Amino acid sequence: MTNDSTTAAASESHAVKGARSASAGRAPGPSGLANGGNAGAAGELLLSLRGISKRFGPVTALDHVDLDIPAGQVTALVGDNGAGKSTLIKTISGIWQPDDGELFWNGEPVYVRTPREAADLGIATVYQDLALCDNLDIVQNMFLGRELGHYALLDETSMELSAKDTLSGLSVTSVRSIRQPVGSLSGGQRQAVAVARAVMWQAKLAIMDEPTAALGVAQTTMVLDVIRKLAAGGIAVIVISHNLNDVFEVADRLAVLHLGRLVASGPASQFDTQSTVEIMTTGAASQRGRVAVADPPEGKD
Amino acid sequence: MAVDEPGSGATVTAPAGGEASELAVTTGPLDHRDAEALEHDLLAPPADAGLRTYVSAWLARVRSGDSGVLPVLVGLVVIVILFQTQNSYFLTAGNLANLLEQGAPFVMLGMAEVFVLLLGEIDLSIGYSGAVGAAVTVILAYPPINFGWALAIAAGLATTAGVGFLQGQLITRLRLPSFVVTLAGLLFWEGFLIWLINNQSPSNGGSIRILDPVLHNIIYGTINPAVGWIAMAVGVAIFGVLTARRDQRRRASGLIAPPIGFTLLKIAGMAAAGIVLVVVCNINRGVHGGFAIRGVPWVVPIVLAFVVGWTFLLNRTRFGRYVYAIGGNSEAARRAGINVRRIRLQAFTLAGLTAAAGMIIYASRLGSMSSDVDGGQIVLYAVAAAVIGGASLFGGRGKMVHALLGGIVIATIYNGMGLLDFSAAVQYMVTALVLLAAVTVDALSRRGRVA
Repeated sequence: MTNDSTTAAASESHAVKGARSASAGRAPGPSGLANGGNAGAAGELLLSLRGISKRFGPVTALDHVDLDIPAGQVTALVGDNGAGKSTLIKTISGIWQPDDGELFWNGEPVYVRTPREAADLGIATVYQDLALCDNLDIVQNMFLGRELGHYALLDETSMELSAKDTLSGLSVTSVRSIRQPVGSLSGGQRQAVAVARAVMWQAKLAIMDEPTAALGVAQTTMVLDVIRKLAAGGIAVIVISHNLNDVFEVADRLAVLHLGRLVASGPASQFDTQSTVEIMTTGAASQRGRVAVADPPEGKD
Repeated sequence: MAVDEPGSGATVTAPAGGEASELAVTTGPLDHRDAEALEHDLLAPPADAGLRTYVSAWLARVRSGDSGVLPVLVGLVVIVILFQTQNSYFLTAGNLANLLEQGAPFVMLGMAEVFVLLLGEIDLSIGYSGAVGAAVTVILAYPPINFGWALAIAAGLATTAGVGFLQGQLITRLRLPSFVVTLAGLLFWEGFLIWLINNQSPSNGGSIRILDPVLHNIIYGTINPAVGWIAMAVGVAIFGVLTARRDQRRRASGLIAPPIGFTLLKIAGMAAAGIVLVVVCNINRGVHGGFAIRGVPWVVPIVLAFVVGWTFLLNRTRFGRYVYAIGGNSEAARRAGINVRRIRLQAFTLAGLTAAAGMIIYASRLGSMSSDVDGGQIVLYAVAAAVIGGASLFGGRGKMVHALLGGIVIATIYNGMGLLDFSAAVQYMVTALVLLAAVTVDALSRRGRVA
């Protein structure tokens, strides 16, 4: 199943890139996804965490986490409640500062002190609440706070064209009109809009917190599709999910957290539902999950 | 086995793989078909789609609570017919011009409320703070100060804008609820108004007359009939050209644009409204034997200029976009990097400015500024005007044109019931019921939208 989806994503990547280059240059401002060159080749290491620790008073939320995030691949972060998944992504996206450890971005040590700095690096985070304005339409939401225009005046035409490009790059075409209020969209479409908004500004790493929670089956399929499209476009994706079905459907790599420690990580093919659940709940694998811990991602170390 | 362990969140959401993939297979083709069918809509917007598609999209919007102006227009027509059948004087040129003059302050203060209602806030003080601004204008234009009208008006507008700024600071910096701050403002500025007027003219019984001809003519001055025609024609032509050009540009860029038929319909409607307005206002409405009074009152273009200007501000500028965003989801706006505090402060300031303009118009109609202006009632009519017109009390939804239409509805009820010799008691109660109906529609449509 996992292999199938990976192959599908790979074969789609050509089509997506073709569509993008055709439209590149039409949008004056952000070319967003259109710029295939901004993201590294699949498998190339984008972000490495080394010995990341975070304590809240007596509670150790993260305990010396080492994790590698390769470009062009979907890394699923799984773990039981309280395992430290949210703390980890908040540390990556600049909301928390690690007490210990280092982040390497393209091999260079970086300090991400604020969400703004994370965004400047190219880290786009989509939180569970999506932070959309229901009364604004899709275009308005996608450009919120970063509107195009001359002085105070808005340039609706350019914004609508760019938004359309980004959405069709993600194959989000099941909306009636991109001028409809976001409040009228389905859960999956809202998720897609939030993702599109996050990645349209030269994102290299997209982090998604429970993107499929509270979605129906068809909606989930659509969102997973969007995630695969992102990775196929060369963007590194981190997905937090409770739903192992979705995880195995979409992830290239798995990282399992347990009580703040990274207890297993590696290509998704090395895991199955049963062993993963076991690692998630007990922090150890009886059979083979454990061997994945020290496994480096494909490509360089 | 771990799967059976209670308290593990993961096991619950990890059903057998086979079942899920089966589901995925069944939904796959369906999704694909939907996407293909709908792709047409997104990628090739209905430039060629007829009026019918557009109308059905519009109907869907109405059902989802974004009703636009049609309901209030229909309501207005019903009310007008009702009053006309009861008293045939209602639809005479004299009464209609009077109605416009009565409605102007409601419209202006309603627009002031729209700025803050869009944020999900309210400003109860603008009746009295606007009256203080108008009093400043009247006092400055009155002997012995005798500033010119322009300076006097500028000072009056600045005064109430300053009040809005001040109250906005309390609301945004100290995070006090706008309801309470402006309720205090309502009391405070009423007191201040009484003090100001009595202090200024202790012997005039709490009122200062308007002697300046320009201030007087805001309501009582009329535009030469021929000039009125030309101005109306130019106004409609500019609107038509801009609308047509914008829609055309959108169509040319392959973006979603209303069909040409709809564009023409909109322009034709605007022209018809303009023609009716000028025709009615150009009929002699002087009482028999007296002077002939004809022409559009100056207050009409003044109010329309505010409607156009503020609509432009809300629809085409970053400020306007942020006002809507904050009203829709202020946390999302904050995370998008919008300076929420500054935008809210600006909105309260603009509300103050608009309210001062409205109360200067009101003073012009009264011919004086007095200390017993009922700013409390006026502000409630203003909120009612905005809400009846279609602005939401819950924030994020509303337009300036809603205040225009709602203000006219209020003025119509007020005017018509006056003609029919209803007592003030009945007038209040009927207005209250209309407001209640409008708020109910707002709340129900909101529920429908969320569901």
